[in-house]
Amino acid sequence: MIRLLASNAILVGLVISVLGAILLPVAVNRGRRDWMMLGYAAVYTNFVLVTVATLALVWGLASHDFSISYVAQVGSRATPTFYGIISLWGALEGSIVFWAWVLGMYAAAVVWFNRKREGNLVPYAATTLLLVVLFFHILLVGPANPFHLVSPVPFDGPGPNPLLQNHILMAVHPPLLYLGYVGLTVPFAFAMGAMLSGEVASDDWIRLTRRWTIVAWGFLTAAIIAGMWWSYEVLGWGGYWAWDPVENASFIPWLTATAYLHSVMVQERRGMLKLWNLNLMVGTFVLTILGTFLTRSGIISSVHAFTQGTIGYYFLGFIAVVLLATLIMVAGNSDKLGSTGTLDSALSRDALFLMNNLFLTVFMFTVLIGTLFPLVAELVRGVKVSVGEPFFNRMSIPLMVGLLFLMGVGPALPWKRSTWPELRAKLIPGVILGLLLGAFGIWAGARNPYSILAFTFAGFAAAVNIGEFVSGANARVRAHGELWPVALSRLISGNRRRYGGYLSHLGIVLVAVGVSASATFRTEREATLQPGETITLAGKTLRLKGVWGREEKQRSVIGATMELLEGTKVVGVVEPRMNYYPTSAQPVPTPEVRTTWSGDIYLNLMAFKQDGSTATVKVIWEPLIPWIWFGGLVICLGAIVGVLPARKRVSAEADADGATVAAAGSAS
Amino acid sequence: MNKKNRKWGALAAVGVLAIAFAWLIYGGLDNNVVYFLTPKELAAKGEKGFDVPVRLGGQVKPGSVKWDDKALDLQFRVTDGTGEIAVRSKGAPPQMFKDGMGVVVEGRYGRDGVFQSTSLMVKHSNEYKAPGKGEKPQEMYKTLMKGTGA
Repeated sequence: MIRLLASNAILVGLVISVLGAILLPVAVNRGRRDWMMLGYAAVYTNFVLVTVATLALVWGLASHDFSISYVAQVGSRATPTFYGIISLWGALEGSIVFWAWVLGMYAAAVVWFNRKREGNLVPYAATTLLLVVLFFHILLVGPANPFHLVSPVPFDGPGPNPLLQNHILMAVHPPLLYLGYVGLTVPFAFAMGAMLSGEVASDDWIRLTRRWTIVAWGFLTAAIIAGMWWSYEVLGWGGYWAWDPVENASFIPWLTATAYLHSVMVQERRGMLKLWNLNLMVGTFVLTILGTFLTRSGIISSVHAFTQGTIGYYFLGFIAVVLLATLIMVAGNSDKLGSTGTLDSALSRDALFLMNNLFLTVFMFTVLIGTLFPLVAELVRGVKVSVGEPFFNRMSIPLMVGLLFLMGVGPALPWKRSTWPELRAKLIPGVILGLLLGAFGIWAGARNPYSILAFTFAGFAAAVNIGEFVSGANARVRAHGELWPVALSRLISGNRRRYGGYLSHLGIVLVAVGVSASATFRTEREATLQPGETITLAGKTLRLKGVWGREEKQRSVIGATMELLEGTKVVGVVEPRMNYYPTSAQPVPTPEVRTTWSGDIYLNLMAFKQDGSTATVKVIWEPLIPWIWFGGLVICLGAIVGVLPARKRVSAEADADGATVAAAGSAS
Repeated sequence: MNKKNRKWGALAAVGVLAIAFAWLIYGGLDNNVVYFLTPKELAAKGEKGFDVPVRLGGQVKPGSVKWDDKALDLQFRVTDGTGEIAVRSKGAPPQMFKDGMGVVVEGRYGRDGVFQSTSLMVKHSNEYKAPGKGEKPQEMYKTLMKGTGA
């Protein structure tokens, strides 16, 4: 019953997206506003239909309706309801349903917020969105249909992949990732809309697009950080990033989206880089689809790669269509996209943004090539290879350190050109804090030059970005006699995007410090202990109290109880475990992380004797790791600040002026 | 500088950067690509197989596992049916590590004929296989297991 309802909802959604995608361009050609509204109605209707299909699947998972093929594949009566429901994104078909739902939501939101807008940009953007929606409906009707009838109906199912039901972050990371990844379809749709409607030469559509891009970028950032956290908390290796193809798949479009967020300002302020920005927007979308192809086609094996089937060909076909269509469109519009401004000086914010884009683009190609190389090597030479971490680290660490440096210089430079004396005043606090932090790094034992540079530039960037807030607020205090906190909050709300950006920079600094500290000062130790024996690392002593086993409803648990000692006093208890799920003989490591102000004590149970007489444990001292998660939060706060609507009395126009006022204020 | 010259200058700069980048990438890949080999293939590489990063895949040869839990020293042989190579690794093996199972070890093959592993992965297929008879934790860890009924 539910199954039929959902299948039909998807079929009708497919038909409606076709009809809408045909109707909207016709409406534009004939100048029929009423038909256009009908086309928009198709977008809303589609959202209702995919919502029905998604809710049906959620209901099926919650009520153990094993007549639905997807539920029979991932459901189990023993799985707690919460993990049962979130296995919506635990396997291929469900994840495509969820994708279609998020896409339908974005499409409906884009149309709703812009429904009154004159011109042909929005109808063409809606057409593009409907065509992408159509692709996902085709997947849902074809290779990723979750609603096949299972007959006879099994009484129980195997349950979701053990790794996906072992930690609460599994409820957080995937939805964030979809909101970010799918959200990047919106700027692409606007870009296509701008080219199709001929509005590409005006900057109006860029203003419209930038907020959507910040939204998607914010979600994607949060998703990447949450994914790192999940990997850290669940996989038991004590790391958070391994340059695994699926990690790279989320990171590659993040790099181009970040580049776009910066270069679009050059277009707005200086009339340059129009063609480049268009390419970044379109390229980012293609990279998200490529990433989905990598993770969903089964071409690489990982926790994200679900099944091997025909779906990969659908994605390849879609990538080919999108590339062809966009190449033709961009080539046809390139004559309208000439620069109206020029680069005046290498000592200007314009030039810094160019450097930023160069670094981010090179970074993107590095990761992309490293990720695709094994596939190409196997295809062309028939050898199985993998590109190891050394390649990625060797290439990316200099780039990251360079970006950190640019992040400190950029905000200090004015547009167009600047002089050394005015720069000096802004950079001095940065240089001082940078040298202090660098010296601290050396004192703490850092010897790798990149690590020392990273600390130095992190301090530099932090001081310069904080300095922008301080000098801006001080200028307001002087000019308007406001209280300092009032001045600060008015400064920020007067130009949200600018100060949101600086806040995100500070978040990146925190992440950078956490990453370099944990990479430089991490220590680990492994030992086999009998009850009563201790292990000491980084001044922390842990004593094994005992090994125990316990049966829970959906799994069996083996754990080791370790007491954290201070002198002879027990100050805490840490219990790393191994969880055995019935579908897998391989246990899921369940490390326990004890967070302190200076870092994490990471404890993982590696092995134990069957009779419980010994346990082999690994203790890792992870300095400043929590800074990475906290920094991620700050980056997202910056995105939220940047995306909130400006205060009522500040119109869109004044928004742009506000930047000049603030810049002038801070320079005074 | 006139506009045309400027354009060519920019193009030349981009070209130089692109070549430098391609060269860096090529060098990076050349040194850091890790080949996935079976013991037979690794042995067939001869001189070229020593001291380069390799992922060695195969089965744990039954009866070859030696695990010293005090020194955290693990030794075993990986076989593909025809060839076999001795592997040595530091640290505890995965809990399910046992004779005959598929493994992938990453590391370097030393001239002393021992493969020094830096990471040891148990190969499990994408399809989950329920534990067979005697593999259920309740059976294997009888002395530890207490039902909580939770």
